[in-house]
Amino acid sequence: MSHFLDRLRYFSQPREAFAGGHGELRTENRQWEDGYRNRWQHDKIVRSTHGVNCTGSCSWKIYVKGGVVTWETQQTDYPRTRAGMPNHEPRGCSRGASYSWYLYSANRLKYPMVRGHLLRRWREARKTMQPVEAWAAICADPAAKDYKAARGLGGFARVRWDEALEIIAAANVHTVKQHGPDRVVGFSPIPAMSMVSYASGARYLSLIGGTLLSFYDWYCDLPPSSPQTWGEQTDVPESADWYNSGYIIAWGSNVPQTRTPDAHFFVEARYNGTQVVAITPDYSEVAKLSDLWLHPKQGTDAALAMAMGHVILREFFLDRQAEYFQDYCRRYTDLPLLVTLRRDGARWVPDRYLRASDFADALGSPERAEWKTVGFDADGKPVVPHGSIGFRWPGKDSADHGKWNLEQKSPDGREIALALTQIDRRDDVLDVAFPYFGGTPHAHFPHNDQDGDVLLRRVPARKLQTRGGEVMVATAFDLLCAHYGLDRGLGGGCAASYADDVPYTPAWQQAITGVPAEQAIAVARAFASNAEKTRGRSMVIIGAGMNHWFHQDMNYRSIINILMLCGTVGISGGGWAHYVGQEKLRPQTGWTVLAFALDWVRPPRQMNGTSFFYAHSDQWRYEKLDVDELLSPLAPRGKYGRALIDCNVRAERMGWLPSAPQLGRNPLEVARAAERSGMNPKDYVVTALKSGDLRLACEDPDNPANFPRNLFIWRSNLFGSSGKGHEYFLRHFLGTRHGLQGKDLGEDGGHKPEEVAWHTPAPEGKLDLVVTLDFRMSTSCLYSDVVLPTASWYEKNDLNTSDMHPFIHPLSAAVDPVYESKSDWEIFKAIAKRFSELAPGHLGVERDVVLTPILHDTPGEIAQPFEVRDWKKGECDLVPGVTAPNITLVERDYPATYARFTALGPLLDKLGNGGKGIAWNTEEEVHGLAELNYTVADGPAKGRPRIDSDIDAAEVILHLAPETNGHVAVKAWAALSKITGRDHTHLARAREDEKIRFRDIQAQPRKIISSPTWSGIESEHVSYNAGYTNVHELIPWRTLSGRQQFYQDHPWLRDFGEGFALYRPPIDTRTVAPLAGKRGNGHPEIVLNFITPHQKWGIHSTYTDNLIMLTLSRGGPIVWISEVDARRAGIADNDWIELYNVNGALTARAVVSQRVHEGMCLMYHAQEKIVNVPGSEITGMRGGIHNSVTRAVIKPTHMIGGYAQLSYGFNYYGTVGSNRDEFVIVRKMAKVDWMDRAQRAAREAQLHAHRA
Amino acid sequence: MNVSYDLHLFLFGIYPYLCLAVLLLGSLVRFDREPYTWKSDSSQMLRAGQLRLGSNLFHYGILVVVIGHFLGFLAPHWAVDWALSPSQHQLLAMVGGGIAGLIAIIGLSILIHRRLADPRIRRNSRKWDIAIVLMLWLQLLLGLLTVPLSARHMDGAMFELLTDYVKGIVTFKSGVAALLVNVPWVYRLHILLGFTIFLVSPFTRMVHIWSGAGAVAYLFRPYQIVRTRKREVRA
Repeated sequence: MSHFLDRLRYFSQPREAFAGGHGELRTENRQWEDGYRNRWQHDKIVRSTHGVNCTGSCSWKIYVKGGVVTWETQQTDYPRTRAGMPNHEPRGCSRGASYSWYLYSANRLKYPMVRGHLLRRWREARKTMQPVEAWAAICADPAAKDYKAARGLGGFARVRWDEALEIIAAANVHTVKQHGPDRVVGFSPIPAMSMVSYASGARYLSLIGGTLLSFYDWYCDLPPSSPQTWGEQTDVPESADWYNSGYIIAWGSNVPQTRTPDAHFFVEARYNGTQVVAITPDYSEVAKLSDLWLHPKQGTDAALAMAMGHVILREFFLDRQAEYFQDYCRRYTDLPLLVTLRRDGARWVPDRYLRASDFADALGSPERAEWKTVGFDADGKPVVPHGSIGFRWPGKDSADHGKWNLEQKSPDGREIALALTQIDRRDDVLDVAFPYFGGTPHAHFPHNDQDGDVLLRRVPARKLQTRGGEVMVATAFDLLCAHYGLDRGLGGGCAASYADDVPYTPAWQQAITGVPAEQAIAVARAFASNAEKTRGRSMVIIGAGMNHWFHQDMNYRSIINILMLCGTVGISGGGWAHYVGQEKLRPQTGWTVLAFALDWVRPPRQMNGTSFFYAHSDQWRYEKLDVDELLSPLAPRGKYGRALIDCNVRAERMGWLPSAPQLGRNPLEVARAAERSGMNPKDYVVTALKSGDLRLACEDPDNPANFPRNLFIWRSNLFGSSGKGHEYFLRHFLGTRHGLQGKDLGEDGGHKPEEVAWHTPAPEGKLDLVVTLDFRMSTSCLYSDVVLPTASWYEKNDLNTSDMHPFIHPLSAAVDPVYESKSDWEIFKAIAKRFSELAPGHLGVERDVVLTPILHDTPGEIAQPFEVRDWKKGECDLVPGVTAPNITLVERDYPATYARFTALGPLLDKLGNGGKGIAWNTEEEVHGLAELNYTVADGPAKGRPRIDSDIDAAEVILHLAPETNGHVAVKAWAALSKITGRDHTHLARAREDEKIRFRDIQAQPRKIISSPTWSGIESEHVSYNAGYTNVHELIPWRTLSGRQQFYQDHPWLRDFGEGFALYRPPIDTRTVAPLAGKRGNGHPEIVLNFITPHQKWGIHSTYTDNLIMLTLSRGGPIVWISEVDARRAGIADNDWIELYNVNGALTARAVVSQRVHEGMCLMYHAQEKIVNVPGSEITGMRGGIHNSVTRAVIKPTHMIGGYAQLSYGFNYYGTVGSNRDEFVIVRKMAKVDWMDRAQRAAREAQLHAHRA
Repeated sequence: MNVSYDLHLFLFGIYPYLCLAVLLLGSLVRFDREPYTWKSDSSQMLRAGQLRLGSNLFHYGILVVVIGHFLGFLAPHWAVDWALSPSQHQLLAMVGGGIAGLIAIIGLSILIHRRLADPRIRRNSRKWDIAIVLMLWLQLLLGLLTVPLSARHMDGAMFELLTDYVKGIVTFKSGVAALLVNVPWVYRLHILLGFTIFLVSPFTRMVHIWSGAGAVAYLFRPYQIVRTRKREVRA
């Protein structure tokens, strides 16, 4: 109402003047103001968050008005932090604040869609055939390849849900029956960001025997250094703990940009007096926040860290023995442990740890003595300290019970004090050889020549009588000092001063990193000095940037060395704060049951993503990196062959890494053949493998029998974000148009692998069906065959946790899923239902042979104590679970898939629950769930607790997990107490009766309960910090020695030169030379290192197509280059440029900035190629994504298994998809072609051809 | 322009009242029902560009033209006669109106070009945004065409006739339509299109003219106005 009539009284309304007539009071109608009030009024607020793998895990208020989500603001009701600490809120950033835009935007997926080419064939086939037969007919028709060739070219048709589900279910049934269940594959990352959604697809796939791919390693966020050092995937302090630190180095972590909601703790720490140093190659956001900015040349951080370690050892261990550091290293690290020395001609080389089994009497501890490490007691006599992995898995009546702990005791109960050094008790001083890689020349990185690649150092050694005769040993500490080049008055080529150009002095590193020696010294000294004074409160915040280099473990381990030397790990305010993806799934053990259907069938099929994609997108066919290039100069050439994939195949064979597909034949078929033969299936498989009748699929990944056939992608943008080697994916995995410029080893006459069969021509289009679930039309959707519209983060119920804060909080449905979308849970439930309906007649109750590698945190992890032996080469017998993968026969009731999906199965009652090597009875919780969720009335799951809705599923997780159920927490601690012999239950007793349920966290985020799944605790007195329980509860690290390990003694690690951390220059990927100067467009070409950090305007690829965030940036793909390089190449700011190499090409706008170092370019990763990307002059296709110029290169040391902490775990250890060592040619584009006309003409021509 | 007399009567005797009624009632209804649509819908946020020049030329020109029309047609004879003879009055209208009209049509041409040629503005234009500027442009053109026509009759007689017609309309005189029977078609089209613009105004961004007129109050208001919650204020 405008109250127009009132306005007609304008001249007659009463007015009162004030301020001498300059002001006036009026009584006119004020109702119009309600317009502004209404703008911000709403019907309800619902708590949700953004499941986007940003680690923010911020709780948000979602506003709903008239049934429409209108906007979101930050929640501010987190439980208060304890007194003296800043609060967590507000948490959130501009990206989350723009999310509601997606719900009703043009790129929201609204209906199920199927690729037109496929749909036509399907409908044609369905006229005469049943669904499964129809799918079989399409796959059998060679002409049907056309729908694969059309992937990425649009042409989707809207279909009804029924039809989409039928296609998917039919394809799955056919694939399971024809090729084997392990040929159905799923990729979904980061369960912590939406646990139920992850679990929905994973549960379906696990029930039918499909393969789940890991992501943490594939993203290259997994730091192999962490499992190597700590036996822990990743465990880190919460961001609030930064505030407790006295000295923080932000090393390659751009806190304000990539941890936006947590950055306030960083600033608050500064107010608290914390000194803050940034180490980043570019002048990043975090550099602006810091007291000092060091900028080593990108990729050379390890050299700087080695020099800092050199300074710390010199000043705090040798010149003076800082008592706190000495004590810490003695108790909690492997530095006092003994390493044997092997004679190699005139010199000696560090070999393996001395083990109790080396002694005739096993030093009084004979059980599993080959897994017990040894040190010298204060009296100079060898002793076996508690805590090594040999004590972790005692037999039933073993004397080792209760000795897996870090008490300073030997097994006979004696108090011991291990000695760090034997310099005063030495029997001899030996010349020990250490590999040196810093002298290797590289076209783009400085090297520091030291006359050869072996450094001889003088090491004090002792002589010991062992079973094998006299052996020379040294403590890891004495070896470490020698390795760091420290002069201890023993002579040799050590550094007398910091100014000597000797590895690894500050002067030495300056030649490589460009960081002034005095700065390296000052920072190292201040870091250690603060740690000494505060007893460990020095911290390194480290991001994935440095972890994405091929030699990431060297970057990390050289820094971790500093942290361990300074006694910071496990101390609040100190330690290793590695923040990458949202990896912390806090209620993990409750969730694994649901996700991997452990309540029905065990074990699930899990595969390490990197090796899978490396093999099946055929990136191995183009591998130019020779294994010999990676070997230590002390290792024999040729021992490992030349192809990286050969190492991977051997690793799979020896039970180190998982396989997918697993066997060269359908495992259902194998089980049937075993049954026919009358043999035990396990024996049958062993015999067949040994005879060669049956082979592992990894030996022939390009054989159609071993193709992965069906792929599900959900909660992920595999093709548009994480797919390293994008163009290889397009060509081989998907079989569509690609921009690949390089030749494979067959075409260019390269050295082919020995273990893997070579096929010519290379396969194209291995996948028969790609199904993607998303809420937006991402790049992955564009390349899929079936696209299913999923509920957005404001339309479903789910759980969310992060490593950055200790709370668990929900995603909630503020509105029902819009248009025809459904939640992931409902979608997979519907697929399971249709699958169950289509199965009879094709699949009944089937037996399936499942292979699993030797797993970490299981008794099997102590499998291969000394030498590496390959059964295939006849070096040992094939013993499943010891020298080869475990072989298990499982039963799958395919028609009951849906019934099993929606009910909690009986295995929990029988086998209990657990994780990380601990198990507990959980019958009580199963009963509890039956009462909470009610039970199934009839059918194959009769009487079992129901898991019908997403909230039911959330309750299963919350009820089974110790983190959210205090009763379980106490049981879990009690179970661990039995193994350590120490009572830990006090950590959870105070919260025993607490049970966090879904409605609780909808009311307010809840702090989780301390659990032995994690190495930190939730407490009113201390912030969460990794390693806290190791240090304070004396729970061993889950490593070989039970301690934090400076030294890695596995034969492969030694052969690859990484026994101790050291500096290794980036590898040469050889991707630029074949194209340099060959494809001129009239503009100068320059070669730059291609760096892909995380961005400001999006989280991975999400938000890079969000209009609001695009408006805040430049509205499309950008690449940052330095002013110097721009001048060289004649590039001005905002010019269109092209980046290319043999892997492919991409187009973007140039951002010319002082911020960037000469020689590198920055392209924020995962800028979608669906927004404002012009055509490439090189490929003739639309410019690619950042991964168009990358290819994954795998590292053999990450394949190691069957060896304590170096045993496989899903997302725990394995090859990682590194991509930072890549170089690209950069040049200005001559012609910016948007390809809007040509594309249309081409498409029409294609359509006409079809109709004709 | 040959039309039947009945149609002529409708067009010039009845149609103007329909238009004026829709203008007044329509504006009131829109102001009351859809207050949030009451705006000029400026496209300046989308692209400044030619807007500043075009808009200023057009608005200054059109203000002079519109005010000139009001004064010229509605001022009583006695208010003008003492100063100007009918032919002088006509000359003033031709020169003043002609110059202002020329400025306005140049400005409007720029604006039309901008609206149609700039893809971003084109895409953000409603049908009526384009229609109204074209109507205004045509109206300005017709108005300018009357200038040379008038120059043939500098006696002011035609001018008087038109003034009487307009005054007749606003004073509800019967039979004023007859005055226009022999008037050249350019004048008649100009009049018809003028009333048609009144007719469509409530449905277009033209409503901002009302508020523009209301802005005159700003010249006389105190610096600070407090809308008090008090029932009574001291007068």
